[in-house]
Amino acid sequence: MTTTQPEYKWVGTRPVRHDGLDKVTGRARYGADLALPGMLVGVVVRSPHPHANIVSIDTSRAELIDGVKAIVVGADFPVIGHDDSADAGEGVVDYRDLSRNVIARDKVLYEGHPVAAIAATSSTAARMAAEAIEIQYETLPYVLTVDEAMAENAPILHDDLITKGVSTSMGETNIASRELHEGGDLDAGFAQADVVVEREFTTKAVHQGYIEPHAVVADTGEDGRSVVWCSSQGHFLVRTQTAKVLGWEPSQIKVIPAEIGGGFGGKTTIYLEPLAVMLSAKAGRPVKLVMSRDEVFRASGPTSATRIRVKIGADKDGKITAAQAWLAYTAGAFKGSPVGPGCDCILTPYVIENFLIEGYDVVTNTAKVTAYRAPGAPMAAFASETVLDEIADELGIDPIDLRLRNAVKEGARAVYGPKFRRVGFIETLEAIKDHPHYKTPLGPNQGRGIASGFWFNGGLESSATVNINEDGTAVVVTGSPDIGGSRAAMAQMAAEELGIDVYRIRPVVADTESVGFTDVTGGSRVTFATGMAVVEACRKVVGLLSERAAKVWGVDQSEVEWVDGQAQHVLGAHSPLTIEEIADGAADTGGPVTASAAVNARGVGMAFSTQLCDVEVDTETGAVKILRYTTAQDAGRAIHPSYVEGQMQGGVAQGIGWALNEEYIYNNDGVMENPGFLDYRIPVASDLPMIDTVIVEVPNPNHPYGVRGVGEVGIVPPMAAVANAISDATGKRITDLPMSPTRIVKALMDNED
Amino acid sequence: MSRTHVTCTINGDEVEFLAFDGQTLLDALRDEVQLIGVKEGCSTGDCGACSVILDDMLTCSCLVFAPEVEGRSLTTVEGLAEGDQLHPLQQSFLEGAALQCGICTPGFLVAAKSLLDKNPDPTEEEVRYAVAGNLCRCTGYDKIVRSILSAAADIRETM
Ligand code: FES
Ligand code: FES
Repeated sequence: MTTTQPEYKWVGTRPVRHDGLDKVTGRARYGADLALPGMLVGVVVRSPHPHANIVSIDTSRAELIDGVKAIVVGADFPVIGHDDSADAGEGVVDYRDLSRNVIARDKVLYEGHPVAAIAATSSTAARMAAEAIEIQYETLPYVLTVDEAMAENAPILHDDLITKGVSTSMGETNIASRELHEGGDLDAGFAQADVVVEREFTTKAVHQGYIEPHAVVADTGEDGRSVVWCSSQGHFLVRTQTAKVLGWEPSQIKVIPAEIGGGFGGKTTIYLEPLAVMLSAKAGRPVKLVMSRDEVFRASGPTSATRIRVKIGADKDGKITAAQAWLAYTAGAFKGSPVGPGCDCILTPYVIENFLIEGYDVVTNTAKVTAYRAPGAPMAAFASETVLDEIADELGIDPIDLRLRNAVKEGARAVYGPKFRRVGFIETLEAIKDHPHYKTPLGPNQGRGIASGFWFNGGLESSATVNINEDGTAVVVTGSPDIGGSRAAMAQMAAEELGIDVYRIRPVVADTESVGFTDVTGGSRVTFATGMAVVEACRKVVGLLSERAAKVWGVDQSEVEWVDGQAQHVLGAHSPLTIEEIADGAADTGGPVTASAAVNARGVGMAFSTQLCDVEVDTETGAVKILRYTTAQDAGRAIHPSYVEGQMQGGVAQGIGWALNEEYIYNNDGVMENPGFLDYRIPVASDLPMIDTVIVEVPNPNHPYGVRGVGEVGIVPPMAAVANAISDATGKRITDLPMSPTRIVKALMDNED
Repeated sequence: MSRTHVTCTINGDEVEFLAFDGQTLLDALRDEVQLIGVKEGCSTGDCGACSVILDDMLTCSCLVFAPEVEGRSLTTVEGLAEGDQLHPLQQSFLEGAALQCGICTPGFLVAAKSLLDKNPDPTEEEVRYAVAGNLCRCTGYDKIVRSILSAAADIRETM
């Protein structure tokens, strides 16, 4: 990795995270770890059918069961219209759809769709009640894939769906929208090409796979206010969305963030919260709901299954002359797949004059998809980066050189519109090219692949408050749930600004009534945007501390400088005042020292990653072993390099799982067949090698420390990198994910024909 | 509902609790003994978040019925530190940034302790297989494996 920036004392170092002790001793409280006196436990009754009308629900028998305190069904919730929608930070939310995903009203749209919820004094009683609720369904034909849903005469999910951007006639389609990016002259571009490669790809739905299932405790009072404790990627989002679904004002709900046990985008929406609040209101007691792993798989997440076609032409020097892409993504039961970002990201690393990209958002009778790390981009890159690799092969050009020849840099226009500011794509390519891994010799049945990826990163709204304690330590309060070490990064930036030791700073994540509004921890935005708010609040605090020193000295504030945690007189006329001394005497100089700042962060630094993968293919069994893996990513600046590396490594591991093992499998009844970690196999330690990281630092000029987001882009290249390595090892291009042993063996047998 | 009286040793202390019919050790530890460091990721033995050491055997507490631990001895993550002294594994996890969200951490620490108790000088491969029953979705395992190896070295040095 590149060396730490010398000009900083804390930024770029690796302090032990402040919340670490609680997490290695078992003290940290996650979503399921709260118990309140008198608390009831609940279960959710879910549809066994992928598509059915609800004819009737009879809860009368269930209500008679001992210990059952409350039952809710769809009709207990207000009817909400489509026009009520808002940007939630990870895409637009249609509250009508959200409310019907939380609990079905007259129709169930996927297996696992909630139909009722029960709160009881014991889980045994709740489960007995679940059995006793009588629900009559009228089953309907269903569609699980984009092919089925887009077919003529396909069963229709929604009688009011239109294809946005194409047609206004309702109820005739499962296509919710069409995306289009067009530029130059496609035919002329392909005519200039010396080589054209066209391929079609499919990918399956995969789950974010956070180890902590969704969990919530709600305590609703007689005053119509509720306290909700849950783990999420944004407790303000939970507040807004829960209030919308209940028809309440957001201020009626206080959300207290628990520690979060992983999210990867999957906890940027709500599932259980409105049910828990409503059950608690009915029962007059706190209610806890926790999903089982089975429910997590069936009813939360996943990301889209896709079909993608890519055609790219290049001249003999490797310059891309034209590119065309067609993408269709499943949205699950309600519109809103990440096909938009898929279209935006698919060819964005390259300067392309002639292009046509079209995408389709397709509803299917599967769980509503939720954001998953760089939503929409990984499957798109799987397709485009594989085709590029084939072009490099055909032209006999090194795949890194091919990318260097076309790579975007400052001033280039992205296919989806905007012009790039300073970006570090080329630097990631060079970092991989210079890495010793690139020259390591390969053995028989071994192969090497490279791939690159792009992700926008996010800005959005963040708030922060900095309080100076009377002992001169500082509390940094934000509203961003810490999912992978962001509290440490906040403390490091604050330490740098305040000039005090990082361990004299306590970074905390506050509830919705103790800090200003803050968007989700998502879009790789926290260190960038919340970091900006923290830095701004710290600068205000430094101003206040300097003002207090000026008061003590009886001088003008312009004569005070803040250096290394103390006020110094510019001419040395007074001996310095430390932050401890100023804090101790704050009562006499104007009261407590505290400041807040809020941003709607602009000037996001976009992210690129280039990755290098070596595999060995067992030609008998089709098993693919990852031998070596190196990832280079532009972080702008790594505030805490260990956690930046952690994000890079984690993204790669998820991508390898997506490439080789992970997939939703449905049976003939439209029911998920592998809703557990035994059959939905995510990578374990013995599946992976060490994952080498190269942090490239091309600072983002719009952030005080140069930060770009780092959380997401790392998952964009792996599937293509692995596929390209498999092709190098076997000579076979695998175009369908996952590249499971059966699929590889089949591809190798085709070879022998 | 009938309940079973259970007496066992947890982290060196004698503990008594009442278990419900069919209650797993995982649920009993969390709900009856308030040891919330034991986590539930699946309740089917597939994720290792609920790992405890039961009479020297690494065990998924979600696969054991609570009454089965009658008279036996178990260690949870809460029992790793001695007084104010963190276990070397806890220390190396902190220094090596081996946790991101941290939900898997208690299980990994317990699994790693179980390994090092038996094999104080494991290879990287032995570490990887020893914790192959523990899922981590955040880290890609790199820093976890390194931290276990470095804790092993620390323990050997002080022995
Ligand atoms: S909760 Fe026991 S193994 Fe997952
Ligand atoms: S640190 Fe999140 S699952 Fe391991």
